[in-house]
Amino acid sequence: MDRPNGFKFVGTRPDRPDGMDKVTGRAKFGADATAPGMLHAAIVRSPHAHAKILKIDSTKAEAMKEVKAVVTRADFAEGLTGENWNILENVMAGDKALYDGHAVAAVAATTPLAARDAAKLIAVEYEVLPHVTDVDKAMAEGAPVIREGAADKSVPDGLHANVVRYHESGHGDVEAGFAEADLVVEESFKTEATHQGYIEPHACLGQLGSDGKGELWCCTQGHFIVQKTCAALIGIEASQLRVTASEIGGGFGGKTTVFIEPVALALSRKANRPVKLVMSRSEVFRATGPTSSTSMDVKIGMTRDGTITAGEGVFRLQGGAFPGAPADLTAMCAFAPYALKNVKQTGYDVMSNRPKQAAYRAPGSPMAAFAVESVIDELCKKLDLDPVEVRLKNASKEGTKSSFGPRFDRIGLVETLEAAKAHPHYSAPLEPGQGRGLSCGFWFNHGGETSVSLSLSEDGTVALSVGTPDIGGSRASMCLMVAEELGIPYENVRTTIADTATLGYNDVSHGSRVTYASGLAAIKAARDVVNKLCARAANKWGIDKEAVIWEDGCAKPAGPNAGDFEPLPLARIARTMGRTGGPISGHFEATPEGAGMSFATHIVDAEVDGETGQTKVTRYTVVQDAGKAIHPSYVEGQFQGGAAQGIGWALNEEYIYGEDGRLQNAVFLDYRIPVASDLPMIDTVIVEVPNPGHPYGVRGVGETSICPPLAAIANAVSDAAGVRLTELPMSPPRILDALERQAHG
Amino acid sequence: MVEVTLWSGLKSFTDGQTTVEVEATNVGEVLRGLVELYPELEAPIEAGVSVAVDGRIIASSLTEPVQPDSEVYLLQQLKGG
Repeated sequence: MDRPNGFKFVGTRPDRPDGMDKVTGRAKFGADATAPGMLHAAIVRSPHAHAKILKIDSTKAEAMKEVKAVVTRADFAEGLTGENWNILENVMAGDKALYDGHAVAAVAATTPLAARDAAKLIAVEYEVLPHVTDVDKAMAEGAPVIREGAADKSVPDGLHANVVRYHESGHGDVEAGFAEADLVVEESFKTEATHQGYIEPHACLGQLGSDGKGELWCCTQGHFIVQKTCAALIGIEASQLRVTASEIGGGFGGKTTVFIEPVALALSRKANRPVKLVMSRSEVFRATGPTSSTSMDVKIGMTRDGTITAGEGVFRLQGGAFPGAPADLTAMCAFAPYALKNVKQTGYDVMSNRPKQAAYRAPGSPMAAFAVESVIDELCKKLDLDPVEVRLKNASKEGTKSSFGPRFDRIGLVETLEAAKAHPHYSAPLEPGQGRGLSCGFWFNHGGETSVSLSLSEDGTVALSVGTPDIGGSRASMCLMVAEELGIPYENVRTTIADTATLGYNDVSHGSRVTYASGLAAIKAARDVVNKLCARAANKWGIDKEAVIWEDGCAKPAGPNAGDFEPLPLARIARTMGRTGGPISGHFEATPEGAGMSFATHIVDAEVDGETGQTKVTRYTVVQDAGKAIHPSYVEGQFQGGAAQGIGWALNEEYIYGEDGRLQNAVFLDYRIPVASDLPMIDTVIVEVPNPGHPYGVRGVGETSICPPLAAIANAVSDAAGVRLTELPMSPPRILDALERQAHG
Repeated sequence: MVEVTLWSGLKSFTDGQTTVEVEATNVGEVLRGLVELYPELEAPIEAGVSVAVDGRIIASSLTEPVQPDSEVYLLQQLKGG
């Protein structure tokens, strides 16, 4: 950390700059975009889980006077390969519909109602095929094959064609490790797919002329990747498509790819008019990207003093009808919190007739933690050991060889465990019928391509342009870091999310990277500005630039030998910049690679109603290493958000498929996310173990907070119910079933 | 020479080897060296990998330096939400 004198602005809690716009309705979200002559689009979706598309007849739809364009797969680029082909196949089906809700055609008309009516008139002839939606059944002999030849060479011989990637890693000898243990516990677990549940459905407005020049406005976590992918899918040059990100009503990983944007552009190109496309909630559930569902086996050995002697895990993830389920990340995260001599993890990426999975906060890690931390909890109970002490005894530290290979740099797991142990929650007495659970969680975090620009106005205020959509209050953090470097008030800095024509390429707002990477870039761009300001002052004073320092928002002589000059504030230098060398701006472009890894420890109290099976979370505490909290309120908000989503995932949320392979609960009435009355106040403790890869020590915080909740809640519920819950969600019927099975031995 | 440890799921691409030595001074040269030794690694490397160098996970940058005594692991591509 290179702020030896501490911080003036960083660590304070000013109001967020976008707050007023959002509470007054002035903020423009994806569906707020309009354009003269705009058409409205609707998508025709498959009612079948798996079917050959024999014929698409749009004659009747095209006969409607309101209809201006119809597109099918034939209206998109040909010859794509790799992930671009997969994305196109998901955006618009080719020869086969691969899941319930898969897009097969789209129509643009003068009104939303006319578009929906026209979509109903598009006749699609299918040959229905056998389907499979469960991960274990999809791997079993005789399961319908989703796509022949989709597996890569990593997959061992003899596995079903739906197993498309294979991961194996670890070190030591797990069998020898199990032989050293006083107790070995082995358990199988299942988790259902859940959706990120962002409140704003996907929405966009696309305009593409026959000259190949286009504009796109959309809600996304990354408009540069939208530009690149749309250009490939519709066959135009990327630089000819300018993409502007709207405000975003949640993403959590689910808005890191495209679903409807290429469709709007293809329709616009055909109609030669702007086309707006807004998904319904049902479409969001059926045809965007939920998490993978999983089936997992975990085996851990422990000695009587709590030393883990070996850990082994098998993780099977279905990722929908495409390769890409994060089986590798699940496996790599599973045992990461622990320093193990013997560890082995295996992952299977499995295709099924479900929508293409997408990232959801720390993809794969929450499920892995659920399985591993449940088994550790069971070992602690059986050996009568304290769960925090066991985790402290085995915790990964700086220099530990990680379960996935490399040694850890500076990390803060031990600090989160010590803080959890010291927290009043951990020692508070439980009420009768309540149980307590604890879990650790781990996520890698990410850097990624980043480009920012900072420009001064003559009145001394500053405009920062970043290319990472603000999905969690990042504009406030950017303003704080720039204010810190320049020594000017927070309110004098405005941060804008610039479009794709304004900045160099920026990676998506994912991997908990924005405050780390765009923040690092903003600091460096501000330092670039400071150098230029010092040069202007040096020129004015007639001394060397090296003899000028920047302090408290002013250029000052570096010492008595540099001369006796009045400090020059930023505003005074800016006022005359046009006549002293021209406009002043700062830039930084890089791919920062020092994103510090992050750990968290959660404590949960829960009570279970033995008659109804309902669970109530009565107390929740999140302890997480943030490296350095730039705006503590938004760090706490990320901690609380992860816990809240984890409570939903653990207790209620699930994709329910019928025997026909169709999604049964594609609305919020049937897919129950937690509401305020379901949640306790979620207490937070920010631990700060500085990340050596960031000037202020920042680590990403957005994802790690969802890694421990599934396990921590399961451990609390199992403690309260007196029976181990191994399947998510722990809905009332599942809890009653577990209680009944226990009662009958 | 730099010793590179591969995840064992890549054994089928490397005649069973999970530790490989390559001449390299940066991450880009590590990846090129691996493909020269085992051309079938090109597909998984092109599909996306990360490289851990002395505990820092390099997700994209090919210019990150590597020392002869560096601990280097080839990891699967890291993506986040």
